[in-house]
Amino acid sequence: MKDVLILGAASDIAKAVAYKFAGEGCNVVLAARNAARLTETATDIKIRHQVEATTAEFDALDFAGHAAFYEAIKPKPDVVVLVFGYLGDQKKAQIDFAEAEQIIDTNYTGAVSILNIVANEFERRRAGTIIGISSVAGDRGRGSNYIYGSAKAALTAYLSGLRNRLAKSNVQVITVKPGFVRTKMTQGLPLPGPVTAKPAQVADDVFKAYRKRTDQVYSLWMWRYLMLIIRNIPEPIFKKMSL
Amino acid sequence: MIKISNTVKFLAVLILGSLAGIIGILLLVSRSDKETRRGIKQKGQEFMNKIRSAREPAAEPNLKKISNWGNYPQVQVKFHEFEDIETLRRLVDQSEQMIARGNGRCYGDSALAPQVISSLRYNKFLAFDRDKGIIRCQSGVLLSEILDVIVPQGWFLPVTPGTKLITVGGAIASDVHGKSQHKAGNFSDHLIDMEIMVGDGSIVRCSHTENTELFLTTCGGMGLTGVILNATMQLIPIETAYIRQESIKIHNFDHMMDIFEESEDWSYSLAWIDCLAQGQQLGRGYLMRGEHAKVDELATVKQRQNPLVPKKRLKLNVPFNFPSFTLNNYTITAFNTALYLKHPNDVVKSIVDYDTFFYPLDTVQNWNRIYGKRGFTQYQFILPKSVSREGMHRILNRIARSRRYVPFVAVLKLYRQQNGYLPFGIEGFSLALDFAIKPGLFEFLDELDQIVLEYGGRLYLTKDVRMNKTMFTQSYPNVERFINNVRDLDHGHKFKSFQSDRVGITQ
Repeated sequence: MKDVLILGAASDIAKAVAYKFAGEGCNVVLAARNAARLTETATDIKIRHQVEATTAEFDALDFAGHAAFYEAIKPKPDVVVLVFGYLGDQKKAQIDFAEAEQIIDTNYTGAVSILNIVANEFERRRAGTIIGISSVAGDRGRGSNYIYGSAKAALTAYLSGLRNRLAKSNVQVITVKPGFVRTKMTQGLPLPGPVTAKPAQVADDVFKAYRKRTDQVYSLWMWRYLMLIIRNIPEPIFKKMSL
Repeated sequence: MIKISNTVKFLAVLILGSLAGIIGILLLVSRSDKETRRGIKQKGQEFMNKIRSAREPAAEPNLKKISNWGNYPQVQVKFHEFEDIETLRRLVDQSEQMIARGNGRCYGDSALAPQVISSLRYNKFLAFDRDKGIIRCQSGVLLSEILDVIVPQGWFLPVTPGTKLITVGGAIASDVHGKSQHKAGNFSDHLIDMEIMVGDGSIVRCSHTENTELFLTTCGGMGLTGVILNATMQLIPIETAYIRQESIKIHNFDHMMDIFEESEDWSYSLAWIDCLAQGQQLGRGYLMRGEHAKVDELATVKQRQNPLVPKKRLKLNVPFNFPSFTLNNYTITAFNTALYLKHPNDVVKSIVDYDTFFYPLDTVQNWNRIYGKRGFTQYQFILPKSVSREGMHRILNRIARSRRYVPFVAVLKLYRQQNGYLPFGIEGFSLALDFAIKPGLFEFLDELDQIVLEYGGRLYLTKDVRMNKTMFTQSYPNVERFINNVRDLDHGHKFKSFQSDRVGITQ
């Protein structure tokens, strides 16, 4: 029975991932701020899937506390899924650096802080899987959300470097890039139906990537081709588009 | 000679055909004049605008057109969801004319109101004692989800209707029953307790011994007392996930009643009747009865090796509404006759998994679409035992004479007296008839109501979509007490449905 640690477990994608792994027989630790609000979810997972499900207090922005947090997780996880992120408000972040900072720190600095610790431990053990939920927004900066996008781009680059480093140590690093997902984070945004995923679909893609040991995966699959097009639009044209 | 396989031929035709089509379109476009080309361009732009506007948020994001299982009526409602108590309390405080809705499997308008509060996302298991078989969950959990958890651990639902795709909240509000009604009673008989959010936003716990007035009014109370939050229930132990089933061919109504009486000790019983048979053959069909199978009764080694986990079954789907002429007098007669004739003359004994026995229709998703886009309704009535035979004769004869309103399927069952203030169950026989909706049907059913009333029977609210106030108040004995209780509890009819208005509970 594998042990799975989910970082930022309160989000809709994270919960879907937790249910998916539990449904496949894995024990899960749900780590998030105000972990007490996840007690009911943990109980529900335990009853539905007859696995162990616990909660742990974790704050992505409390960099200093990350070592102690990971130290306290017992038994040590076989799989770590990093889901936490913060979409923020692009317009606000353009004028208020505090907002920009929170976007960068949550999506990137916090991820580096905790994954460094996890990576070192996995490297020593020569085992384990790290799954990072990045975003298609990191594939190319767009006027409407480039602060979030650039932080996710940094995360994507970090994960790819980590994968390169840990490949020698039998540690798998998976980058997941969801497109639009219907969640609390995107509530109220007008999302185009055919390319918008449900959290459960993202969770299925995450698990499939884990089982097949895929390095990079888009969710839904068509985003791979959509982003291929978007990445290859020449800059002189791209800068005039409103995206 | 070279043999070309059918697949290759098919593909060749397909490719050549589409090529010809494309060339044709190109020719047409190149030869057309400016006007036509402009027209085409305009059409294209309109299409793109449509796609763009679909991306814009709707002015009222909560507006949604919904209907329940009968696909009639379809209404535009304000649709709310909740995952936690705070959200729900805000909704209850701010809304008027609302009703809680589970999976929408009632047939008519019981779960429809100007404001609908869906419990589907309020669906967590809260506790499961696997030694005592006691389970506690939130009201949006589906019975199918409960079965997925409990069956592999040796437990089963004490009462289950003919679909497992309903929520716990809905099961309580309709106080559902199933093939075991004559022995195990209704869903609420096995509840240990539940919690309800009433009209002022407070949460009240109730049970057979605590706040009993609220409990009795809520069980079978069609959601009019508030929003059911969670429930604790007692399960029954099983050795296997299989049912030992006997199916008996029935030749007429007298025979049917005899076999029902004879089967009273069986846990489960239900009969299908050919509702179009006439005269001597009226009431012909077959009766199914069943018991939970013990391990040593199982048929194959494979079943015995893993008695609590049956093989997964294939899911089918009805992808679109059938045209309304699909079900006509001829196809319905042919179907019913075939069903009767194909059954062997003697008793057929078999071991079947619980899905096959309890939920045969759940494997066909959207089966309600066979009735076409106008939808259907189920006319389920019950008559006291002593007059069942006579009353059913009259009703079936009336249907046969109409020639226009022909039920597709008819299901017969023996009941016992039910608790609560709006009990459908009395000691007697109930018959459920599925009718496709067409002009004049409701007037025809009004006529049938008179016969049901004459014999002291009543209709099942969960299936109803058209009963009038007079019929309701005359056939249900505790209506006044129920209405008074609802008025006391829900603070001026905050909770109401189109049905409760129609039958005069909230209006």
